Amino acid sequence: MAGKTLYDKIWDAHAVAQDGGETVLYIDLHLIHEVTTPQAFAGLRAAGRKVRRPDRTLAVADHNTPTIGQALGVDAVEDPEARLQLQTLGRNVIDHGIEYFPMGDIRNGIVHVVGPEQGRTQPGMTVVCGDSHTSTHGAFGALAQGICTSEVEHVLATQTLRQAKSKNMRVTVDGQLGPGITAKDMALAIIGTIGTAGGTGSVIEFAGEAVRNLSMEGRMTLCNLTIEGGARAGLIAPDETTFAYIVGRPAAPKGAAWDMALSYWKTFFTDDDAHFDREVRLRAEDIEPTVTWGTSPEDTLPVSGHVPDPASFATPDKRASVERALDYMGLTAGQPITDAKVDVVFIGSCTNSRIEDLRAAAAVAQAAFLEGRLVAPHVRAMVVPGSGLVREQAEEEGLDAILKAAGFEWREPGCSMCLGMNPDKLAPGQRCASTSNRNFEGRQGRGGRTHLMSPAMAAAAAIAGHIVDVRTFL
Amino acid sequence: MKAFTRLDGRAAPLQLANVDTDQIIPAQFLKTVEREGLSKGLFFALRFDDQGGVRPEFVLNKPEFKGASILIAGDNFGCGSSREHAPWALMDFGIDCVISTSFADIFKNNCLNNGLLPVILKPEEVEALMDEAKGGNHVFTVDLESQTVTAPSGAKFHFDIDPDRKHKLMKGLDAIGETLQHAGDIDVYESKRALSTPWMEA
Ligand code: SF4
Repeated sequence: MAGKTLYDKIWDAHAVAQDGGETVLYIDLHLIHEVTTPQAFAGLRAAGRKVRRPDRTLAVADHNTPTIGQALGVDAVEDPEARLQLQTLGRNVIDHGIEYFPMGDIRNGIVHVVGPEQGRTQPGMTVVCGDSHTSTHGAFGALAQGICTSEVEHVLATQTLRQAKSKNMRVTVDGQLGPGITAKDMALAIIGTIGTAGGTGSVIEFAGEAVRNLSMEGRMTLCNLTIEGGARAGLIAPDETTFAYIVGRPAAPKGAAWDMALSYWKTFFTDDDAHFDREVRLRAEDIEPTVTWGTSPEDTLPVSGHVPDPASFATPDKRASVERALDYMGLTAGQPITDAKVDVVFIGSCTNSRIEDLRAAAAVAQAAFLEGRLVAPHVRAMVVPGSGLVREQAEEEGLDAILKAAGFEWREPGCSMCLGMNPDKLAPGQRCASTSNRNFEGRQGRGGRTHLMSPAMAAAAAIAGHIVDVRTFL
Repeated sequence: MKAFTRLDGRAAPLQLANVDTDQIIPAQFLKTVEREGLSKGLFFALRFDDQGGVRPEFVLNKPEFKGASILIAGDNFGCGSSREHAPWALMDFGIDCVISTSFADIFKNNCLNNGLLPVILKPEEVEALMDEAKGGNHVFTVDLESQTVTAPSGAKFHFDIDPDRKHKLMKGLDAIGETLQHAGDIDVYESKRALSTPWMEA
């Protein structure tokens, strides 16, 4: 019999029952936030049901919170609908006895930053949240999936999800990344290779030397973007890097329980003789700092590249969509991507708002500052830490001082300009160098133009005033 | 989801075809945090004029149809967007059954998933029911078990429904309900887990 993949093992460990074509899958951790839960709780109430495992549920406020004045609590929120959603979450967590880090609590922040930071996310778990970038938690070797509101209600009521199993896919990145090249570049390069539908119907396991060498922050960035490759989830097998990250965190097992957990976690790896339905291999040496030029995360270019010519695409459909994207993005076929002048720089989101990301941005800011260079006068550059704790740590390390001295705004945690549900939005036509995960039309504000890139690249763009190869700064 | 077995109630005739989900519940009511309360937006443009005044001529505003639990509607009811808010709003208003000659597919599914019964009858049957529904002092009976609608005059009409759907409606089984039939399995799983991975227990 063929061996099992990491995905197979997690799946088998959580299959509670079979119901027709679907498996009832037990959920170990349910992360919730203000936007996708109110109707789920309302449905629960209407049916007279309770939350089955409040202790396996954690709530944060992140999607529509402002990034200033959070100490005021909901009074800081001007949009009445956003305020109502936050108040509703506050009521629901009390009614159901769910742990909640409200806005202003130092432990609050973006749901996918908070879960791992608290030690709630652990290897071999099933994790769900009503947000598509739940795939982030796959970095720990946890099967982590985004779900919709009716599924949120289902998990609240039953602590399970009904699901058919996905296919196994593996992406291996061999070799070592060059200096200045990060997990974000790797992730964008992978999506550029497989396309936004490349992972459809699959769970992707990331493997290879370059993946192994990533920090936990880097692994989270990589898994975060799995969803943009069309996959149901992304996974990286847990190892010493994973265990070293978890140990000592508030929700991590302690003492004898730690040893027991550790030996359990070590069983979660792909057997040598396991079968993958699809395999993709990349060489780390081939990956350059990568940016997007269009309105889909697969529209990637090495920073040395040129904006593509629609005529170079094979099908009329594709040509038309490239033309439309160039028009929307205000770019001309054939121009070097480094010609693109930016108006806004956003360093944040669950993709890139962890301490390592802020360090990378600050390092670029410092190198520039020492040469007497600041954020370009026409650029608004904002840094939004992923959580209150990330913000605090960055301040202890003096990163905020460096960034502020160089002309960056230092904001309070939340999703912010990742999706523009709060006041942080692009104006029509504004071009943004962004460390987030989606460059769809209007994602960061109506008519806004998004170029995805790493935190170091975004910081460099802030200073140069246009897209630029960060390696010229280092 | 609440079970649907038999409904005895007043029926309101809505003589309009192609009522879309925007008419059932306009977009401005979607940014809500509740399912309850959606009734205030139900048929908003039909119930109220531009100044917010009540339109007395609209059927659900007429005193004789107050408290109606059955809506008899024109052809192709519920077309348009897929919003789940449409059945939520109807049910919040107190309507648990809609009778028509046809429904938009997604709307029909959303109804079934939320415990609202969509009944499809022949055009002449719907017309006959509309006639009998005039004047509010009457009782219609919708019986899911026997798949019949009985008008106040005693006239009885049979309707079809997928047996699986019927079973789920009668039992009040939504996806959650179906999974809860495995509650025993979930209990067993949890107690095993408490032993194998005790650090995950509070
Ligand atoms: S930062 Fe963006 S992608 Fe991440 S949880 Fe918030 S809205 Fe979702």
